[in-house]
Amino acid sequence: MATDRAWIVPVAALVALAALPGVLAPYTQDLVLKIAVYAIFALSLELLVGMTGLVSLGHAAFLGIGAYVAVLASRDGGAAPLQWLLPASVASAAAYALFVGMLCLRTRGVYFIMVTLAFAQMAYFVFHDTKVGGGSDGIFLYAKPVLAIAGSSLIDLDDKRQLYYTVVAALGFTYGLLALIRRSRFGHALTGIRGNEQRMRAAGFATYPYKLAAFVIAGALAGLAGFLLAVKDGTVNPELLSWHESGAVLLMIILGGIGSLRGAVIGAIAFTLLKELCQSEALLGPLAGHWQLTLGFSIIAFVAWLPKGLIGLAGMRRRGARRV
Amino acid sequence: MSEPLLLAQSLTRRFGGLTAVNAVSLALRQGELHAVIGTNGAGKSTLINMLSGELPASSGRIELAGADITAWSQPRRARAGIGRSYQRTTIFPALSVFENTRLCAQAAKQRPWAVWQAADHCASSRDAAEQALASAGLADVPQLLAGLLSHGQQRQLEIAMCLVTRPPVLLLDEPLAGMGAEETERMLALLIDLKRSHALLLVEHDMDAVFRVADVITVMVNGEVIASDVPEVIRNHPEVRVAYLGEGH
Repeated sequence: MATDRAWIVPVAALVALAALPGVLAPYTQDLVLKIAVYAIFALSLELLVGMTGLVSLGHAAFLGIGAYVAVLASRDGGAAPLQWLLPASVASAAAYALFVGMLCLRTRGVYFIMVTLAFAQMAYFVFHDTKVGGGSDGIFLYAKPVLAIAGSSLIDLDDKRQLYYTVVAALGFTYGLLALIRRSRFGHALTGIRGNEQRMRAAGFATYPYKLAAFVIAGALAGLAGFLLAVKDGTVNPELLSWHESGAVLLMIILGGIGSLRGAVIGAIAFTLLKELCQSEALLGPLAGHWQLTLGFSIIAFVAWLPKGLIGLAGMRRRGARRV
Repeated sequence: MSEPLLLAQSLTRRFGGLTAVNAVSLALRQGELHAVIGTNGAGKSTLINMLSGELPASSGRIELAGADITAWSQPRRARAGIGRSYQRTTIFPALSVFENTRLCAQAAKQRPWAVWQAADHCASSRDAAEQALASAGLADVPQLLAGLLSHGQQRQLEIAMCLVTRPPVLLLDEPLAGMGAEETERMLALLIDLKRSHALLLVEHDMDAVFRVADVITVMVNGEVIASDVPEVIRNHPEVRVAYLGEGH
């Protein structure tokens, strides 16, 4: 059966990703790193939107909280221990997701979208307008976390190469976890909730705890992406939590194709590259100053011609081949 | 007469100033098909929704096999043995016929934390699904998308999805709606078959069908029960003839 070999492509992609640093220029390597972090972020939202049918417009809050905790918890000078900092980031994002999810999941549809947005904006303004995280300027991460056992350092995220492999490993972990969830009873129940929640309740599934679990896992994974983003950039600012960021990640999974993990990754690649392209003065000249406009138009074009996302291209080609 | 499996005592549901169901009591017993008839807006669907737990009752009491389940949520009641079908077909159109049934069977053994186990390898839900599809006459189309089935087959699928967890109580909201003659016959045969092992509540508009299969008929008008008895008595009940069957019937 074809589905039994579905793991081959993602694993091959991961191996290729791991081999890349040997051949890449520093700028490209940084770009790949950025894409990988955004792919984790997009995958976390895919769990909510694609698998469970919950469209959230406030997912950046969890990214931002993961990022801020990574910086705030390591400010006492010296490199913070990775084994504490990473769980702290992920757990904080998960905790806020639990709080937000408990309230938001009492609403549905467009109200759910609005309430998730409201909670994300609340978190945004806490970091933007108070001294907690350095206000609108954000804060720097002076020393990057280190995993050391008995005095010898195993992972030092200040090292570009080690950071790269950590991010690739995190992406592999996220993809693997979500692939497992998809094929499990839990994932099938989430698919049922997306398809017909009324029937799921009539069959005997308490759907609220299922949705809450999905929301918290999605928040935790977004927190993981936030942690990696903070370590990669060495700085955080409130824009990480803004609704632009929530909208961008939603666009990524729409662009790639909602309902598939590969789609989320492809969407993260396409969106990041498209944004780089639209911002490139070398390619677009003065138009690069108005990159939001060109990016917007290109996304409209993509969505109009590829309503099933880039992943839908594969299906179109297959159908085309059959016709011939 | 056997003990009632599902017992409702003076159930009332108010929506603002409107009393949709007013002090309705009924008992469902195993081996008995209890039909509820009434004109549109008589409160039949509201009654089913209260029994299945989709709507809380404003007042009254519901017992399942002697236990007070009035405050239980719908999923909890479903797991305790109350299955239901809907007036509008309620299936998963984007999933296969088999997965529709298997997913419902999974409710009996949910284990959501066991993410390392594949749902498709869940033997208990697969076996239950295969049996339910066979008894609903859908065994030959398991891989078809449920949304592509004919209307009658979708109704059959919905029954299979209700049966798959073997609930002793079945609440069926107009299972014959929109069905052709042949499909109706098949469904009636299924209902008669189910009756032996289940307590059935049937809300239905097709009077011929109701009088053929029902053991007890309850007649509702404006949210109230005006008569509840065996079919022969109901057929000749003067109030029922006036209120529902029409004067000249």
